[in-house]
Amino acid sequence: MIETALQICVAAVAVSMLLCTWRLWRGPTAPDRILAIDTLYINVVALVILLGLTWQTELLFEAALIVAMLGFVSTVALARFITRGDVIE
Amino acid sequence: MNLTPDVWLEALAALLLLVGAVFLLVGALGMVRFRDFFMRLHAPTKASTLGLGGVLLASMLIQALRGQWSIHEMLITFFIFLTAPVSANLMAKAALHLRVDSKAGHQPVDQAKAEAKAAVKRRG
Repeated sequence: MIETALQICVAAVAVSMLLCTWRLWRGPTAPDRILAIDTLYINVVALVILLGLTWQTELLFEAALIVAMLGFVSTVALARFITRGDVIE
Repeated sequence: MNLTPDVWLEALAALLLLVGAVFLLVGALGMVRFRDFFMRLHAPTKASTLGLGGVLLASMLIQALRGQWSIHEMLITFFIFLTAPVSANLMAKAALHLRVDSKAGHQPVDQAKAEAKAAVKRRG
């Protein structure tokens, strides 16, 4: 039961990552692209956790935590670069 | 079919997984389908965060069922729940700074201007 649910979830997350990639490629403005990257990061966290459950390994949770932190830092850096013209003043 | 508590817990975990994945999918779909940036900002920052929360909750449950109970999925959940509003706020500030086009119009401002004009006309 859980294996089937995991497969369906991996497929759904993959589809949503494709949608994010479409917005990243198409996005008319820069904030749209930043939003697409942020959502892509959240989906990557979910995908890493789902793959960790599928392969029954504990190692991937640390990877998910690091991906989440990198996602936040990169979003903040990109948004500040647009707002202030500089990341660290 | 034997209905031990484990079966129900597995069903709950599978349900949480599916709900989380559906929320993630809806968030991405909203980001693709909405018309302007400020509408698009809504969908992923709320739905995707909830979806990730559901997936992480299901992950904790599944690990507990496998006998490897741990709390560190909670760490990711708290981190995402804390940082998602901050990054959404910063993105909205960036969009306001760039004066990104909004489809919502400026009806409150227009209405206030019209009322001020009517007041001037009444007085003069």
